[in-house]
Amino acid sequence: MSALAQDTSIPSAKDLAPVPRERRRRWTYYTLPVYSSAFFLYLLIPITFMVVYSFNQSHSALPQVTSKWQGFTTQWYQQWNGVPDLTPAFFLSIKLALIATVISATLGTLLALALVRYRFRGKGATEQMMFTNIAAPEIVLGASLLGFFITLNLPRGFSTLLIAHVMFCVAYVTITVRARLSGFDPMLEQAAQDLGATPWVTFWKITLPLIFPGILAGALLAFALSIDDFVTSNFVAGSSVTFPLWVYGAVKVGIPPQVFVLGTAIFSAGLVLAVLALVFQGRAKKARPEPEEG
Amino acid sequence: MEQHVPADLHGVEPPRRHTRLGRSASPYLLGAPAIVWLVVFFVVPLVTMLSLSIQTCDSITLACTLTWHFAEFPNLIGQYGDTFVRSLVYAGAATVAALVVAFPVTYWIAFRAKRKNFFLLMLLVPFFVSFVIRTTAWYTLLADNGAILTKLKILHLVPESFHVLATPLAVIGGLAYNYLPFTALPLYVALERIDRRVMEASHDLYATRRVAFTHVVLPLAVPGIFAAFLLTFVPAAGDYVNAAILGGTNTVMIGQVIQKKFLETADYPAASALSTVLLVLMLVGIAAYAKFLGSRTIEEYV
Repeated sequence: MSALAQDTSIPSAKDLAPVPRERRRRWTYYTLPVYSSAFFLYLLIPITFMVVYSFNQSHSALPQVTSKWQGFTTQWYQQWNGVPDLTPAFFLSIKLALIATVISATLGTLLALALVRYRFRGKGATEQMMFTNIAAPEIVLGASLLGFFITLNLPRGFSTLLIAHVMFCVAYVTITVRARLSGFDPMLEQAAQDLGATPWVTFWKITLPLIFPGILAGALLAFALSIDDFVTSNFVAGSSVTFPLWVYGAVKVGIPPQVFVLGTAIFSAGLVLAVLALVFQGRAKKARPEPEEG
Repeated sequence: MEQHVPADLHGVEPPRRHTRLGRSASPYLLGAPAIVWLVVFFVVPLVTMLSLSIQTCDSITLACTLTWHFAEFPNLIGQYGDTFVRSLVYAGAATVAALVVAFPVTYWIAFRAKRKNFFLLMLLVPFFVSFVIRTTAWYTLLADNGAILTKLKILHLVPESFHVLATPLAVIGGLAYNYLPFTALPLYVALERIDRRVMEASHDLYATRRVAFTHVVLPLAVPGIFAAFLLTFVPAAGDYVNAAILGGTNTVMIGQVIQKKFLETADYPAASALSTVLLVLMLVGIAAYAKFLGSRTIEEYV
């Protein structure tokens, strides 16, 4: 490349010898790992704060999260559902995320199959639409959807939340599943059909098991997007209150420690799932040391 | 990456899977549910919003009629021009900060780290905690009477009047923190993809480490940098959570204005017009990106 033209200095024998090069890399060798560790610590600051301060005592009549450490307690874990409106909001978020995940994973997988397997009129337009959907700022999604519901005179509540959540999850699922399908060998399906399997049996016995990791990844992404969504939900929720909406509403008046307890619960569940997936992936790789597709 | 069509090795005709009608209809049958959902709940609302922005609404009954009333736009741009500029400046600053902070780490993970999957998971860890809670945690930590500022003031490292919340710095910092994973992942994907043999070749051709970095790694990482910029900048520009929680009265971003007009004052035409302006601004950027690098590339980095 142009590197050659720019670097006019003629390398001396000393530069080429391996020993000075080792020495030269020594200090830079530690900068990056040290910097990266600092970066990860920084990334973890608010999370650590949440987990640790979910065990913080509070002596005021209306317990609130502060950054002042007042002693260890598991009180908030015992009274995790002690805040009247918080628990229903938490369960509403979980229910919403579960249903939105199932719907968007199904729709997204089907669309991914259509996009990978077939050429059809409107394919380019569909891809363009998905692209815009992902790239558009969330506030525009929420605002336009609310305008639409207002125009239709549709009352806002759980159903509008569900519509919105599926709307912003489905493109992500489609892309995740499609990435998996692209590396799929169509010969396997043909082999099944050569052996007399009907298209239906082929789908259930061959296609689905092979693309299942992709669907799972897409579904996890959809769940994570849905349970954490604030901006779009805020527009279309009406009088329904999800967990993020409740927390946002409570920030300026002070949030009760139970918010950190429930946040820690979601965090732990997500982390356990992710670690399991990582271990499972590692095992699968060890069991079948195939060259990675890329 | 391409789905290779296998050569017919057996010399027999490939098995027929569908009838002719079935084959031409199946992509539509498969795709229809998702496509219809996106058209009805994404495209139609966008069009509705565009039309709502040129409607006039009765302030009492809230009934709106299409009056092609474009006069709202110049008024609003005049009124909220500063807010738009502030939003773009904050989002830009946050994106640049996130890029600068994340690049060395993703470089380290892609080229040096032993357990890549573990560190990728670490990058994603913030996603397991609600966005609002993360911001709330920063709010509590950085509060004027919070642990950090109190300690610094006792040590006289900062003046007594020093505060972080309600400053532009707090909002930009919050944006940069919250969108860091969106910045880091595309960077990582781009760096990971670089063929190691190209780097070896540059060393064989006597490139110093710095030259190899600026002339080989950086140019090859450009698509990732663009994707990271887009994935961070667009949501950050429309964000109002950070500005609402960490900011003050002089750090108002356009998202807050839109949210307030829609949900509090029910000024739908103005809110729609502002959203339209924001969307157009973003789409111009996205279109420039798509033209420059192709729309498929961004999907690869999502």
